[in-house]
Amino acid sequence: MSEPSHDRRHHDDTPVILATGLERVFEIGQNQVRALRGVDLKIRRGEMVAIMGTSGSGKSTLMNILGCLDPPTSGTYRLDGVRVDELNKDELADVRNQKLGFVFQKFNLLARTSALENVELPLLYDRSGRQMEPRQLATAALERVGLGDRLDHQPNELSGGEQQRVAIARALVTEPSLLLADEPTGNLDSRTTLEVCTLLQELNELGLTIVLVTHEPEVAQYAERIVELRDGQILRDQPVGDRRSAASDLKQLRSKDEGRAA
Amino acid sequence: MKPTRLIGVALRSILKNKMRTLLTMLGVVIGVGAVIVMVAIGEGAQSKIRAQIDNLGTNMIVVTPGSSSQGGVSQGAGSLNRLTVEDAEALKSESFLLSAVSPSIVAPTQVVGGQGNWRSAIFGVATDYQLIRDWPVSSGRLFDESEVRSMRKVAVIGTTVAEALFPGEDPVGQQIRLRNVPFEVIGLLTEKGQTAEGSDQDDVVLAPYTTVKNRLSGRSFIAQILASTATPDDVAAAQEEISSILRERHGLADWEADDFTVRNQTDLAATAEETTEVMTLLLAAIASISLLVGGIGIMNIMLVSVSERTREIGLRLALGARSSDVLRQFLVESTVLSVLGGLIGVGLGVAGATILGRLTGWATLISLQTVLVSLGFAASVGIFFGFWPSRRAAALDPIEALRYE
Repeated sequence: MSEPSHDRRHHDDTPVILATGLERVFEIGQNQVRALRGVDLKIRRGEMVAIMGTSGSGKSTLMNILGCLDPPTSGTYRLDGVRVDELNKDELADVRNQKLGFVFQKFNLLARTSALENVELPLLYDRSGRQMEPRQLATAALERVGLGDRLDHQPNELSGGEQQRVAIARALVTEPSLLLADEPTGNLDSRTTLEVCTLLQELNELGLTIVLVTHEPEVAQYAERIVELRDGQILRDQPVGDRRSAASDLKQLRSKDEGRAA
Repeated sequence: MKPTRLIGVALRSILKNKMRTLLTMLGVVIGVGAVIVMVAIGEGAQSKIRAQIDNLGTNMIVVTPGSSSQGGVSQGAGSLNRLTVEDAEALKSESFLLSAVSPSIVAPTQVVGGQGNWRSAIFGVATDYQLIRDWPVSSGRLFDESEVRSMRKVAVIGTTVAEALFPGEDPVGQQIRLRNVPFEVIGLLTEKGQTAEGSDQDDVVLAPYTTVKNRLSGRSFIAQILASTATPDDVAAAQEEISSILRERHGLADWEADDFTVRNQTDLAATAEETTEVMTLLLAAIASISLLVGGIGIMNIMLVSVSERTREIGLRLALGARSSDVLRQFLVESTVLSVLGGLIGVGLGVAGATILGRLTGWATLISLQTVLVSLGFAASVGIFFGFWPSRRAAALDPIEALRYE
């Protein structure tokens, strides 16, 4: 990230996420399913938090609420100091556009569309008028993730890791307050997983707040804090004792590969 | 999003699947093409009829016996046929507005002469006839006033008659016999072609009305009186004048209806044009049905496209698109699709109408209005049939759309 957001880390103490008593009840036919049963969560600026849990634990529901894609049934949610649990659909769309960056398991890039145009996509929906030069911003974001030489490549001409990096560039281009990554390494092999984790850690080092949903404990080890959900409640919320560096793990893997090749 | 941007995005996604796009547009292409061709044929016929009516002569007024068709119950035309040669003469001498008046006595008869026999219509007319019908001779001359007064047995013939009786010869100076009365051909009329109804105007023999009345038919009633004014502006007033002169001559009381009908060219043209207008409308209606079918094709493909692109829609919503953005995107897409199809259809329609015109000899006419209206129609078909699929796209829930396989 650029310098200003780095500064914010030190001068602004408003939590990026401040959620209290989040509940989400789904009505399925006659039945009520309580997917979240009172979740309190506070994430400070510049943190990198992994959310873990088995399927059915409510982590997807929490992710959707944190991503302003789904409103909570009750409870309050402040994103960047702004109450978002009471906003209407269009206002939520604007919040997603201006404050959030999404990275998905399946990349979700537009097919037959260049990397550059994929990254420009969120800027098309920017109503604040901040973004004057979509092309330049998208180019800078792609350079940031190390794809400055792939601007005109289409998704089918890129490897899985490169596609996910395009998706990360797309999430970065609006300079969001929070990057939400939903199983970002779920479709990648171990080496590419390390590459993507290295990139996420680098971005976090520069001050970007990241929330990462994963079921892979190895990936969660790259975060500084792990929140574990079970049955719609937080089971554990603790810092990672010996946080690993994805960059050094990657280096190690590479030398091992070279050793095997030699 | 800016409109230019929207159209750009729409064009890009349309061009991603060229074959499907082409097939989808085909319905609209054919629809618009058909409308253009059909209307071109209809309007071509209309303009041809208009030209032929103009061809009848400028500022012409036709007086026919019988009551007006617009008012009251029509009596049999024969029973009321009280138009006389004297009426025509009276109009000529009493009217201020008419510049030319000619009676027209029709006597269908066998024409004998030169190579043989020809059945044709003999018209007994005055010298003004040539002026009213705007019909010069190509060789020889028309009879003059003194020949009319002295009932000379002279005739001017049309090209059809000339070809039938004197093929390859100059008919001027030849003899023809009408009901055993010998006439001298003194002129050959220029060719006029067919009327809108398809009768041959050149199948005609003109002779002085006095001669036809006294030496041939013996009838004292005449088929019509033709007249014309100096300028088109006088036509309406001249019609009134004719009415009042004839009513007085026929001794009609105020409560009695006219026993004659006065029509001008506009009336004739209106009748003929009404017929072709109905035809044009009918053709256009049939053609628009195919445009409608094309619209349903667009709707079909848009629905497929919406469900195919569910994840794309989910993504756009997640990245900050509002439902209205999605609605607009798909609406613009279907409109661009139909307008593009419309443009191709216009191209094909214009080409088709031109080729058809060449091959069949039909008159075709393509007006800018037709092109614009059919393009507008194509665009509204796109908007109308694109609306439902677009609504479905806009109503998608981002979470479910993103999860869609």
